[in-house]
Amino acid sequence: MNEKAVPRWTEIANPTRFLELAGAVLPWLSSAAVLVLAAGLYMAFAAPEDYQQGITVRIMYVHVPFAWLSMLCYTMMAGSALGTLVWRHPLADVSLKAAAPIGAVFTALALATGSIWGKPMWGTWWVWDARLTSVFVLFLMYLGIIALTRALDDPGRSARAAAILTLVGFINIPIIKFSVDWWNTLHQPASVFRLDGPTIDPSMLWPLLVCAIGFTLLFLALHLMAMRNEIWRRRVIAMRRLSARAAEIKPAEASR
Amino acid sequence: MLALYLRDVKLGLRAGSGALTGALFFLAVVAVIPFGVGPDLNLLARIGPAILWIGALLASLLGLDRLFQGDREDGSLDLLLGSRDRHMLALTVFVKCLAHWTVSVLPLVLVSPLLGLFMNVPPLGLLAASSTLLVGTPAITFIGAVGAALAVALPRGGLLVSVIILPLTVPVLIFGVAASRGAVADPDPFLPPFLILSALTLFFAVIGPAAAALALRSSSD
Amino acid sequence: MRLAVENLSGERGGELIFSGLSFALDPGQALLVTGPNGAGKSTLLRTVAGLLPAASGNVEFSGGGETFPDVQAACHYLGHLNGMKTALTVEENLAFWRTFLGGPRLSVDDALEAVGLSEIGHLPFGYLSTGQRRRTAIARLLVSHRPVWLLDEPTSGLDHASEARFSELMRTHLADGGIIIAATHLPLGLGHARELRMGAG
Repeated sequence: MNEKAVPRWTEIANPTRFLELAGAVLPWLSSAAVLVLAAGLYMAFAAPEDYQQGITVRIMYVHVPFAWLSMLCYTMMAGSALGTLVWRHPLADVSLKAAAPIGAVFTALALATGSIWGKPMWGTWWVWDARLTSVFVLFLMYLGIIALTRALDDPGRSARAAAILTLVGFINIPIIKFSVDWWNTLHQPASVFRLDGPTIDPSMLWPLLVCAIGFTLLFLALHLMAMRNEIWRRRVIAMRRLSARAAEIKPAEASR
Repeated sequence: MLALYLRDVKLGLRAGSGALTGALFFLAVVAVIPFGVGPDLNLLARIGPAILWIGALLASLLGLDRLFQGDREDGSLDLLLGSRDRHMLALTVFVKCLAHWTVSVLPLVLVSPLLGLFMNVPPLGLLAASSTLLVGTPAITFIGAVGAALAVALPRGGLLVSVIILPLTVPVLIFGVAASRGAVADPDPFLPPFLILSALTLFFAVIGPAAAALALRSSSD
Repeated sequence: MRLAVENLSGERGGELIFSGLSFALDPGQALLVTGPNGAGKSTLLRTVAGLLPAASGNVEFSGGGETFPDVQAACHYLGHLNGMKTALTVEENLAFWRTFLGGPRLSVDDALEAVGLSEIGHLPFGYLSTGQRRRTAIARLLVSHRPVWLLDEPTSGLDHASEARFSELMRTHLADGGIIIAATHLPLGLGHARELRMGAG
């Protein structure tokens, strides 16, 4: 391939280049995440209480970002899956594999915080309504993808399998998003991302958005770290295989 | 013997997916039930412990066929059989069962309270269901060892193992569910079925490995 | 110490593979079992090792004392399969067999040194080449003590250097008063070994 014509995108594809870039970006990203999160949480506690829900409404400032991120992470994984299958981008698989556990944790946290919020509001930890169930299915899917990416020792073979599974599972994302509109659920309908503008009061909307940005930054930082680990892990495996082969050649040469 | 236990636990964890897959299967089975019976929380609360038990039973059957197969494929089984003067074969099987239970079944017991929450089972019921699972599931593994030993020489033994074992696990299921129901439903007692369940586990802890050892000895070719 | 096989017949899947075999081995003696494929070499070894029931005749082992009451207790069986877990490292594999088989002799490091694998003991067994895997299996013979070695094609997958090294290990074992029965179709470099030729059918 012509060096000059190679656009930026493939330059990052080189894992070494990616590692340098990640190393440079990570400190900034992490500190930005901490700062924005601190600001967001402060604003969340300064925000007024809901006239119906009282103090419990503050759970929203973590619950909603977790839920958004669980879907964002999956969408990003689906993008990575396309990258693996269509463009055979070497980092796409790394990105997918690194994102899955983080996505699973965010989904679990969304379920857990929702459950804690639901107990005083609905009187029960869990109901099998459309929104909750579809998010639970998302959680199961994350776990399935994690199991699949770790089942095979050879990263090349597990990459395509995981990518296909991720793409098939993407059907669930629109179902989650619109479940509150399509079915009559206990879960409240969307109040921020609506065609006719947010219905939530600005005094609550701003802390929520700042928290969401903070958690997104946190997610990006974690994801970069996990990708870096995965690249290093693969290098360690490759070097170990190499050293097993080198040990085989050495005595043969010595005896000659 | 401790070395064998540690090796098997290490293998189970390092192969990674084994334990996770079982727990995941458990989650999936339990998550599917409400779609089948409808999301009525009162109904779910009533049948919750039974669902947990059936889910755990199916999930713990899942990896059982691999109990001896891995050792057979790489020749370790010959060495384990060959050292039966030093280590009684039934004891070897017993230790392998324990390791399998620790890695594959214990996680199921640990997530069962969480799943019970999804079923709206009351806290006391959760406690009862988990403790009956903790006491009762080893029996399933010990019974399963017999099936695994019988089917070890078969290339596609997995399904056969489940078919052989399922009827034998019925008493465990009966007393497990009876005890966990007894804890919440008032007239039914908790302790008698729970004690019978413990007795079943102890009984199969002896019978299972002994029968499996016998089957293994005759399977060698 | 004496390993005596009398009028032994072996069968596999209900079919008689060999019959009427007799031989006796004293300490320091080796027996090479040769013959074409399907002659029953592996069946013979497995029968001697007690992994298969004998169709008739018997295998006797005497003079082993308390530690080695019969052949099964007194033998190392090295079959076609290596008996190692790919997910564990070479050292973990050997350390397990050392503890489990009992009668520890060489340390894991020394045994790996003896088969020329000391540099890769920390690697997972699954990363090794066929020859390296075989050498790990041979190292198992060294980590725990057994007077009788039953070897089924022990040198399959080994290169010349490793074969020579293994011959040396076998000679040491014989010099220590050990007994070896090896099924092979290659000369194992044991000078004065007896040979048992098994015909097909």
